[in-house]
Amino acid sequence: MNLKELYQEIILDHGKNPRNLRKTDNFNKDAKGHNPLCGDKVHIYLKLNENKKVEDISFEGQGCAISMASASIMTSLVKGKEEKEVKEIINDFLEMIKEKESLNTKLLEEDEKIKLMCLSGVKQYPMRVKCATLSWHTLISAIDKSQNEINIESKEF
Amino acid sequence: MKIEDIKKEFPIFNNKVHNNDLVYLDSANSSQKPLVVIDRIYDFYTKEFSNVGRSVHYLAVAATNLYENTRTSVQKYINAKDKNEIVFTKGATEAINLVASTFGQKYLKEGDEVLLTELEHHSNYVPWHYLRKSKGIKIKFAEVNEDGEVTLESIKKKITDKTKIIAITHLSNVTGAILPVKEIVELAHSKNIPVLIDGCQSAPHLKLDMQELDCDFYAISCHKMYGPTGLGILYAKKKWLEELPPYQGGGGMIGEVKKEGITYGDLPNKFEAGTMATAQVIAFNESIKFLNKIGIDNIVKHENELINYGQELLRKNNSVKLIGNPKNRGAVLSFTIDGIHPHDIATILDEDGVAIRAGHHCCQILHEKLDLVATARASLGVYNTKEDLDQLNSSINKCKKIFE
Ligand SMILES: Cc1ncc(COP(=O)(O)O)c(C=O)c1O
Repeated sequence: MNLKELYQEIILDHGKNPRNLRKTDNFNKDAKGHNPLCGDKVHIYLKLNENKKVEDISFEGQGCAISMASASIMTSLVKGKEEKEVKEIINDFLEMIKEKESLNTKLLEEDEKIKLMCLSGVKQYPMRVKCATLSWHTLISAIDKSQNEINIESKEF
Repeated sequence: MKIEDIKKEFPIFNNKVHNNDLVYLDSANSSQKPLVVIDRIYDFYTKEFSNVGRSVHYLAVAATNLYENTRTSVQKYINAKDKNEIVFTKGATEAINLVASTFGQKYLKEGDEVLLTELEHHSNYVPWHYLRKSKGIKIKFAEVNEDGEVTLESIKKKITDKTKIIAITHLSNVTGAILPVKEIVELAHSKNIPVLIDGCQSAPHLKLDMQELDCDFYAISCHKMYGPTGLGILYAKKKWLEELPPYQGGGGMIGEVKKEGITYGDLPNKFEAGTMATAQVIAFNESIKFLNKIGIDNIVKHENELINYGQELLRKNNSVKLIGNPKNRGAVLSFTIDGIHPHDIATILDEDGVAIRAGHHCCQILHEKLDLVATARASLGVYNTKEDLDQLNSSINKCKKIFE
């Protein structure tokens, strides 16, 4: 893995032009995430319909290309999925970033998986793993609404 | 020692980083160590190790003498009046905590004010915050100006009848501003207010003279001064060390211990409880010798040339924005690049072997004031050269290309 592989087209594109960087109207779940190490901040807004499907998801925040791209790709992928499915995707992604070679979930298309695998380059840069996982941990807490603000330092990543 | 030869004294530069020569620009975070310091630690453990100040056997006496020799070297290096004004701590952080805690305990009460600046490192804010919680003191912040400086004027503005101590950095680890500490001490003393100076960033780069500066407390971080980690120094005027209560309790700091009560040891033992970082203290003597061998005047001259060169280089580089424009700048160049987050800059520079730091550098108050989440920072040490800064500049250009 070299630098070129971390800063690939897809990441640079999503980093520079993040999708869903806005605030959802009438959101019914949200959570804030913060990485005190680098000051990265993200606020995730989620609108679930009566069938617990993601009708809309968006985010606001500031961060490096990796964290913005990660949030951008994540929000693009989970739209239209059910809450349970979203959690499965999150867990699959977090396990992949931690140790697994690939993604196992059947809920994503191959091209979607390729986008996520672009983020696996951070494995070579342990200090940057948190950049890639902040929005994902924040989405879990939005869904569970267990904590309002998640502080990534106190998490495993 | 010739400036060109200094890099050779540091074995770290024999290693490659991602197959490139190491361009180390993170000395404000921690400096690299010359071989003499590394060897000293090895030699002490292999040939001379013993605990200090406890036993009467040969090794213990020798180790105690070595330990105390460093105290004397430090005293001379910073021109303190008395060797017992030098207290070893685990770092500058502990030195500041020691003062905040003991001074706060003895002299501060609800409503009293502690004056800091917006430039302070978290280690010169959080310890005072504890007193805000426990005693209800107030913390005031002297403002930083557009150039990233804190002036005598801005300190003056925040002093009131309630100000009980002023605690300020000597050299900002973000904007590089060197504060007018002597004038601030004079002003404070004219109002009977003691001054603590966080000297972490100044000690490796500026000439230190405690008697001339006349401050009450001065905190130093040895690992930023070409010395080992786990070691810091608190300089404090003798009268304070005599008046302040002890900080930590334990072995070595006591006079007499009875069931009914305890008396404390003489200075500086009163503030050095437990087994200290013996090997580090002894090795730090080599750091001081190393600095003396080059000569502080040569260090200042060399680093000033580098700072001027680096400033000009980065100013000419479009889309690079230097943080702060202090008239008096120390060995720190913080910057941002339009459209590229500092963390991405740092990762991309790393690939070329260029080590910088990105983040808030433990100065969130300042970053909030500057309305920045993070900055990239290149900081210098004696071993740096103009070539290092050229490499920084060309790696920045590469970074801009990737993000074009
Ligand atoms: C300005 C400043 N103050 C305090 C500290 C803390 O020093 P130490 O690491 O010795 O505890 C640092 C270093 O990070 C610093 O840069």
